[in-house]
Amino acid sequence: MPIVAALLSVAGLAGVAVVAPILTARRVAWATPVVYGASFVLAAVLLICGLLALLGGSAFQGTVHLPVGLPWIGAHFALDPLSAAFLVIVDFGAVVASFYAIGYGAHEEEPGRVLPFYPAFLAGMNLVVLSADAENRRAGYVYLLMASFGTLMLLLGFGLLAGPDGDYAFSAIRTAEHVPWLSGLVLVLMLLGAGSKAGLVPLHVWLPLAHPAAPSHVSALMSGVMTKVAVYGFIRVVFDLAGEPAWWWAVLVLILGAGSAVLGVLHAVLQRDLKRLLAYSTVENIGIVFIGLGLGLAFKTNGMAGAAALAVTASIFHAFNHSLFKSLLFFGAGNVLTGTGERDIEKLGGLVHRMPETAYLFLGGCLAISALPPLNGFVSEWLILQAILLSPDLPQWALRFLVPASGAMLALAAALAAACFVRAFGITFLSRPRSPAAETAHEVSRWQIRAMYALLAVCLIAGIFPGPFLDALSPVSQMLVAGAMPKQPILPHLSIIPISESRSSYSGFLVFFFIMMASWAAIRVIHNFASRAVRRAPPWDCGFPDASPVTQYTANSFAQPIRRVFGPIAFRAKISQTMPQPGDMAPARLTLSLRDLIWEFIYAPIEGAVLYAAERLNILQFLTIRSYLSLVFAALVLLLVLVATWA
Amino acid sequence: MERFSLDAAHLLAGGMVLVSFMMLYQNRILGLLNVFAAHAVVLSLSVAWQAYVQSAPHLFVTAAIALILKAIIIPVALHHMVLRLGVHRDIETVGGIGPTMLMGIGLVALSMVVMLPAAAEADPIAREDLALALSVILLGLLIMVTRQNAISQIVGFMSLENGLVLAATGARGMPLVVEISVAFSVLVAFIVIGVFLFRIRERFDTIDTQALDDFREGRE
Repeated sequence: MPIVAALLSVAGLAGVAVVAPILTARRVAWATPVVYGASFVLAAVLLICGLLALLGGSAFQGTVHLPVGLPWIGAHFALDPLSAAFLVIVDFGAVVASFYAIGYGAHEEEPGRVLPFYPAFLAGMNLVVLSADAENRRAGYVYLLMASFGTLMLLLGFGLLAGPDGDYAFSAIRTAEHVPWLSGLVLVLMLLGAGSKAGLVPLHVWLPLAHPAAPSHVSALMSGVMTKVAVYGFIRVVFDLAGEPAWWWAVLVLILGAGSAVLGVLHAVLQRDLKRLLAYSTVENIGIVFIGLGLGLAFKTNGMAGAAALAVTASIFHAFNHSLFKSLLFFGAGNVLTGTGERDIEKLGGLVHRMPETAYLFLGGCLAISALPPLNGFVSEWLILQAILLSPDLPQWALRFLVPASGAMLALAAALAAACFVRAFGITFLSRPRSPAAETAHEVSRWQIRAMYALLAVCLIAGIFPGPFLDALSPVSQMLVAGAMPKQPILPHLSIIPISESRSSYSGFLVFFFIMMASWAAIRVIHNFASRAVRRAPPWDCGFPDASPVTQYTANSFAQPIRRVFGPIAFRAKISQTMPQPGDMAPARLTLSLRDLIWEFIYAPIEGAVLYAAERLNILQFLTIRSYLSLVFAALVLLLVLVATWA
Repeated sequence: MERFSLDAAHLLAGGMVLVSFMMLYQNRILGLLNVFAAHAVVLSLSVAWQAYVQSAPHLFVTAAIALILKAIIIPVALHHMVLRLGVHRDIETVGGIGPTMLMGIGLVALSMVVMLPAAAEADPIAREDLALALSVILLGLLIMVTRQNAISQIVGFMSLENGLVLAATGARGMPLVVEISVAFSVLVAFIVIGVFLFRIRERFDTIDTQALDDFREGRE
């Protein structure tokens, strides 16, 4: 029974979390490899459980009821296709991150700060995915030490679903009758709760601050995996538990998804900090996933099972792909950080010579996240766009207008993401070193490199042979929207077919084959007809052979055209220049000011209101005993009056 | 007999509410203590009647505790304390007596409105008792709120506790252990508060809580 093995592994992770602080407190030298090694093995067991349950059919699925947890209720755990799919996403990331961390953790100055929490973090995420009642899930979220606001929203949402009888088991919630407006409220609460954890705009503000602050393998887990746990929670509640969706749910989800996609990538383009750039790009990708989910809702509510299956499958596949390439990119950023001690891309450059393997692996991740064929990012975004093309069949006019609009936003986000990662790769790894740290960079340990190879390999496989991956997800879509994508044929051409063969198909293998052939032919032609020798020459230097690295194209200059276009709208960008008077020796200055509108219009008023209320309430600190008693008394009387008027 | 036992129970419980009003009205400390002793006597009578009606002998213990502890020991001790502190001539002036009495009447009405429908299913003795007990509790709180002198506030607190005991005996099946432990915790609270009063008095030359407040730090 995979579920039993999975629960035992989760218990094992919790055990490692208990042992880790003892090891670190005694300053045992082998604490780091042992903790990460144990996490690696346990996560691998969980991954196998998830794969078995996803591919092996119902024989490997099941439920377990443990007598621990809440008194008299106990704890329900279940492994169904949806949780199996997310178990795979979570634990594949966890396996690779643990492997990477064996190398990365050796550089940690204070391992005690990370080691005990790492296995606990993994255990918490697995518990959320496995548990089958809301109380447990909430405990898992608390375990993750997440924002209390989001947890409150989730608790309210589950409370509404459970109804007055208070049966929090999923099987009971699923069969219960749902009042439409209450279900709508649940959707809004889930958007607030899961959205704040996944980083949906406008609840994303914490994410670019928190994710880069962690060590890189933990950042990879947070961005690549933890956000998926939130997506899982959203799918579980909105598709599985909340009953029939209304069409306006799709409108809400689509708007939030499209907004997240575009705003996330716009922020990412302007970042100088490599890890923060990656964190903003997570916001973008979560937006893409939510666009897919919104489409799924739109099709489901209109009874278009095939289209809904396409949208949901594409969006879960994108969640999987994102966990792959985002982990890969964060590992790359971790390598850069280990090799140079620098995260600011304006101080990097030229690393392709000093860290060649990291550079090529990072390039692979950049290609995947920019949705370029033949890698996996292209497949899932292409599938989402295919689902968008089905929107003219929708009966609601609002959706007919909104879906193509969000498709346009998706295309815009994809293009901007490509620009963003050209910039990230080019400024970090190409050109000449911009600082001594970049000049003296060194390649990192084999563990780190091998973990990245594994991720890139899966990215490539998922991009070239996406068929089996989509087939594996069909029980999930069967469960969520009662429909499935057509069975993907292995032949001809290893292509995938979203709806029907006459409409559209894509063969990652053929594209890969043609790209390889074309590159090979181009190389042959150039070397045969132009010059056989590899020649090293100074780059074009405007006639100044020894120009300082400062004169190179910078990250800021690369982002400038995009900032010109979008800055005035999205950031209220203002550029002011001060020219010195003639004869004055002071330098001329160009000042750029960007404003975060979401912060200003949503968070600043809230912050102001809280501060104002706190100032007013401050008087309460200085009342007499009698006044405090009077307050208690007044509250009591008020409550009694309420009871009297309502009863 | 059934009818008579009900009426007598109501009479005694209503008597407690009446004595609570007397406490609310009384603004001299020694007078207040005497009324408090009367309050406890009525309480013990009421509990004893309940013990007789419900034929629950352990309630007689409760009644005895109420009589000995709250009607004799605590008032006498408070009396000595007041004399030793030399505050027996003080007259308190918080709010007018009239408005306070009006508020008290409002509170009694409120507790009736709340309790009677809420406990509609309970048997009549428990139901009316609960309503009257809630009034006693609210009046006790009102006494605490409208007094400045620490001793009067203690008396308000004790009368509030009397209301709790009344409510508890009205509901059948209150275990004796709980009752005794509540009684002793009240006694302990009384001792602690008494010690504190003397300490406060030593420090600040007053037991007026308003005056104590003036010594607080951080005040703007």
